[in-house]
Amino acid sequence: MTYLDHAATTPMLPDAVTAMSEALSTVGNASSLHSSGRRARRVVEEAREAVAEALGARPSEVIFTAGGTESDNLAVKGIYWARTKADPARRRVLAGAVEHHAVLDAVSWLASHADAEVTWLEVDATGRVLPETLRAAIESGPGDVALATVMWANNEVGTINPLPELAAICAEYDIPLHTDAVQAVGAVEVDFGASGASALTLTGHKLGGPYGVGALLLDRDTPCEPLLHGGGQEREVRSGTLDVPAIHAFATAVRSSVRNRQATFDDIGKLRDDLVAAVLHEVPDAILNGVPADDPAGRLPGIAHFTFPGCAGDSLLMLLDAKGIECSTGSACTAGVAEPSHVLLAMGADAASARGSLRFSLGHTSTRDDVDALARELRGVVDRARQAGLAGMRKHKQEV
Amino acid sequence: MRVLAAMSGGVDSAVAAARAVEAGHDVVGVHLALSAKPGTLRTGSRGCCTIEDAHDARRAADILGIPFYVWDFAERFTEEVVETFVGEYAAGRTPNPCVTCNEKIKFEALLDKAMALGFDAVCTGHYARLSVVDDVPQLRRSADEGKDQSYVLASLTPEQLRHAMFPLGGSRKPDVRAEAAERGLSVAQKPDSHDICFIPDGDTRKFLESRLGERPGDLVDAETGAVLGRHTGVHGFTIGQRKGLGIDAPAPDGRPRYVLALEPVSGTVKVGSSRDLGVERIEADRPVWPGAPLEGPTECVVQVRAHGGTAPAVAEAVEGGVSIRLREPLHGVAPGQVAVLYRTDAAAGDLVLGSAKIASTA
Repeated sequence: MTYLDHAATTPMLPDAVTAMSEALSTVGNASSLHSSGRRARRVVEEAREAVAEALGARPSEVIFTAGGTESDNLAVKGIYWARTKADPARRRVLAGAVEHHAVLDAVSWLASHADAEVTWLEVDATGRVLPETLRAAIESGPGDVALATVMWANNEVGTINPLPELAAICAEYDIPLHTDAVQAVGAVEVDFGASGASALTLTGHKLGGPYGVGALLLDRDTPCEPLLHGGGQEREVRSGTLDVPAIHAFATAVRSSVRNRQATFDDIGKLRDDLVAAVLHEVPDAILNGVPADDPAGRLPGIAHFTFPGCAGDSLLMLLDAKGIECSTGSACTAGVAEPSHVLLAMGADAASARGSLRFSLGHTSTRDDVDALARELRGVVDRARQAGLAGMRKHKQEV
Repeated sequence: MRVLAAMSGGVDSAVAAARAVEAGHDVVGVHLALSAKPGTLRTGSRGCCTIEDAHDARRAADILGIPFYVWDFAERFTEEVVETFVGEYAAGRTPNPCVTCNEKIKFEALLDKAMALGFDAVCTGHYARLSVVDDVPQLRRSADEGKDQSYVLASLTPEQLRHAMFPLGGSRKPDVRAEAAERGLSVAQKPDSHDICFIPDGDTRKFLESRLGERPGDLVDAETGAVLGRHTGVHGFTIGQRKGLGIDAPAPDGRPRYVLALEPVSGTVKVGSSRDLGVERIEADRPVWPGAPLEGPTECVVQVRAHGGTAPAVAEAVEGGVSIRLREPLHGVAPGQVAVLYRTDAAAGDLVLGSAKIASTA
């Protein structure tokens, strides 16, 4: 099996598996006062410190959640609610046009249910939010902005945003900036304190930790209303009994992936360059989307996103799957119907190109064999998918 | 063979796929998303287009251990099936959208894509027996007469039939359900789908009105020419219809009135007694012959609706069509319907000789 879908989820790191397995057989509610509770509490607090240290945050800024979607919802909705409560004039949310659906849909929900007004921040052809775009959006009415949310790195095309610059602009106006760093943590350097962001989302299963656990790094001075009410855990921002084994394994994975980040970056980056070269060699008219090859600092090391003209993404995916190669057309949809990617559309692609795209993403278990396997099968697969695309078009035109 | 199994999420297509797997074929399951907004066509578990149905199909594929994908045919379906359906009604004809869907979607759009992607056949859960004898496809009624779907498949060309696979043709529905349960398929007890999948509440008239608006016209006595009332559009009527005519006064002879003819250009609906409803001759065009066209007048049975509506007849191929003389009059025969000709065969199942679209009746 050739697994080229690490951006969807990546295998757990061995030390995270060990940490989780060990913790699973212990008992203890971290809120209990007896010794089992204290032991659990200690595991959680050590995890909190480890995550904080790895990502340039203070331990008190780490709020454990059930993953990226929850962290994004908590930040976007919670900060919006808190900011509008403090000043009802703040109803505007500035959000990148290529955000993950966990942010996009949370923002849209605020618009439909909480009277928010959304200013979508356009991106350039590589998928990047330019500082001047953010500045212009703020300056059209600085007093009415509740928050801005711009992802650290894009999950489909891998483009990295100039986060410190964007945060500095927000800081000029005392506007909190949330960033979804789900794809960035463990892949590129992420320093929460130095970035200037007020809130940052990360999740376990993208960096070698377990599913269903993540964190929101939340600056102490940024008010945030809870989504979940109850026992008042996690600074009263996120109630719910803490999942001690998952948190323990998550912190272990964060520490390992951040510690090995440079080596991973170099190895995976090199492998990605090979993959890009192989794809362009086999299919010369394939189009590499996102940041160009000569700007490695501008993108994630592990993602290569291509448009294959004349092909439907779902045909490519099925044919590659039949050859044992697993990749993705971008983000999945509930019914399983491949929608044209909103990311590519925002980057200026037409709907046909957006539908004819594939994302290959590499991770810590990727090898040269994976690239070779793809290179071996890709040309035949693309030729077939192209025939299928032509067959569909020909028939369609005849009948119209 | 490499087989693409069209999986609606129902029990029939799931068992059909299972049998294809068991026959040793390399099977991939595909669910066709036919609605641009999944979940809006039908709620519940009767249709073929909801998210729930896609989920059921995926679960069946999981259990069979075959790859599964959802393919988006919403645009093609809307254009070729829904628009055609509406257009035919507007023209005073009575179309069968399932026939169109088999012809244009399952065994054209889907089959073309499947062939281009390297598949050899498309497998569905239809109840009809299909074999190929001397390179000529033979389509026969299902072993389960109550479930027989040969009528809605009879418009497929020989080329389409050569790449079709109906593994349930020799089975009876209760046995298919039992087999599904045995195989651990969770759809074993899912209710059958009925009616038209894109009209969730079954109210065809309301659906057509929402698409075509009001096109008022006269209700006219076919014999006397007297105007008996007004109506909101010919698309609200089908030939043979008795209820909902909206005429207050009874017929002079006290007998019920039926719709006898629809004239879309003038917007006239002609009504009269049931004795004028009987059809004895059918002229049909766009014929499809699975094998050779009929040679000379041929004794056969003609069927004009998916369920019921059969009569013995003598049919003859004519230039561009088929001329059919019925041995006994048939009611509710409308232009736009498909006439399917069968040769009776109690042992192997009635054989489809050909089919054509009804252009006129007398």
